[in-house]
Amino acid sequence: MSEMKIADRLFTIRYKVDEQSHLIIKDQEVCLRCETKECTHFCPADVYEWTGEMTTVAFENCIECGTCRIGCPDYNIYWVYPKGGYGITYKYG
Amino acid sequence: MAQEKFDAIVVGAGPAGSAAAYTMAKAGLSVVLLERGEFPGAKNLFGGVLYRKQLEEILPDKWKKAPVERRVVEQRIWLMGEESAVTLGHRNEAYKEPVNCWTALRVKFDQWFADQAVEAGALPIYSTVATELITEGDRVIGVRTDREDGDLYADAVIIADGVNSLLGKSLGIHREWKPDEVSLAVKEVIALPREKIEDRFNLEKDEGVTIEFFGKTSLGMAGMGFLYTNKDTLSLGIGVMVNHLKKKKIKPYEILDHVKKHPMIRRLIEGGEVKEYSGHLIPEGGWNSVPPLSGNGWCIVGDAAQLVNFVHREGSNLAMTSGRYAGEAVIEAKKRGDFSQETLSLYDEKIHQSFIRKDLVKYKGMHEFLKEEDPDLLFNRLPQAANQALYELFLVDGVPKGEKQKKMLNYLKEAGGGAWGLAKLGIKGWRAMNG
Repeated sequence: MSEMKIADRLFTIRYKVDEQSHLIIKDQEVCLRCETKECTHFCPADVYEWTGEMTTVAFENCIECGTCRIGCPDYNIYWVYPKGGYGITYKYG
Repeated sequence: MAQEKFDAIVVGAGPAGSAAAYTMAKAGLSVVLLERGEFPGAKNLFGGVLYRKQLEEILPDKWKKAPVERRVVEQRIWLMGEESAVTLGHRNEAYKEPVNCWTALRVKFDQWFADQAVEAGALPIYSTVATELITEGDRVIGVRTDREDGDLYADAVIIADGVNSLLGKSLGIHREWKPDEVSLAVKEVIALPREKIEDRFNLEKDEGVTIEFFGKTSLGMAGMGFLYTNKDTLSLGIGVMVNHLKKKKIKPYEILDHVKKHPMIRRLIEGGEVKEYSGHLIPEGGWNSVPPLSGNGWCIVGDAAQLVNFVHREGSNLAMTSGRYAGEAVIEAKKRGDFSQETLSLYDEKIHQSFIRKDLVKYKGMHEFLKEEDPDLLFNRLPQAANQALYELFLVDGVPKGEKQKKMLNYLKEAGGGAWGLAKLGIKGWRAMNG
């Protein structure tokens, strides 16, 4: 099997995207000082990206696992569930 | 929904929540089953093994109708080298009747299981997030939801909101999990024709097989992979400890890509189509991470309470049983007209007397062991050495057997930091597995 791009992987999940993000970077200054930028690696849905100046949050990709809330070395991510009925819906699970 | 009061509100319609809701509704209590997904199971994920015993205890008449995939007749364990594996397994016709466990998919199963609770009388409220617990002093009296006028009141709230358990945290029952107390698992459901699955895995009709693998496949992190046969799909995934993942700076799906290229896996999934990618945290703190289980007006169950035996990859069965016990405690509380901790701690007692506590206590050292020991030693160097040793054993190359035996031991000694290092590690591992 050939390697799948993350976009193709996420395409297998049904999303109902809210207008508002359920993931919020509490303080971008903290990201600026963060040496490891781990969230740009450990997120299984590539939600976080470092632009060189700030962390961007593609919350519409989020698969709601919670790793970023626990994994951020500075606990700098405010994390709640998407509103009721929004976010991911698995077909198999 | 304003001001209506129920006997109990269950937050989360996974195996733990639905078991609790079913138990209470069947006893005639007024129960709300709250779920944030569009339907129960929409957000839920597990590797894919469902156990019969604990399901039958809850649904003695209906368990046979549960939507499952295959009856597991064989369980395989693979210790992975770079392009090799040391294998161990057991296949037995006796696992068929009574059935021991099945492979399953959560979207189907969780809907069915929640439906049993609803048929028994629980009121389903789906597409609704419980945002916080409503308290009065130190007593939980209800749940605030994200619906307009969405406050719900009850004598008891059963917190079954899964591994992230924002409600448990809001109540201060447990602090945030540390990265070493959870693993992140990523999984793919891969479609293959039934005949292909049955041929490749040596199965007939509804027979299924489970494979757990560890070693080189987790790239030097503490982790375990799995490959399970469903009817016409395979469940393939790997979980790694989040503290190790953080350090490794690798994307979780790249670990999965790596797994899919291993010769032991590659040929089994060849030609399959990925139907779904998914990811979920697994609570793996063990007994020492289990929070207080009940208080005035509440019980916490399943993943939300860290009730997972990760050594035996058991979780859904602990979840169901804990949900049932919590439901039974609330039924007793209703009889006594007392929903304080004094009565609800019956739930704690039931957990304490059950396999749940006994198993988690037996392995309570495992979390510390995996956290303290070098993951590269346990999941990279030692598995590779074991593979080299077995390669040597079966290789006929004119080298006398006595020399081979020395070579084999040397592989292990070198990997493990000498005979003394290996012995120490063995003792630590043994203790970690035996409470």
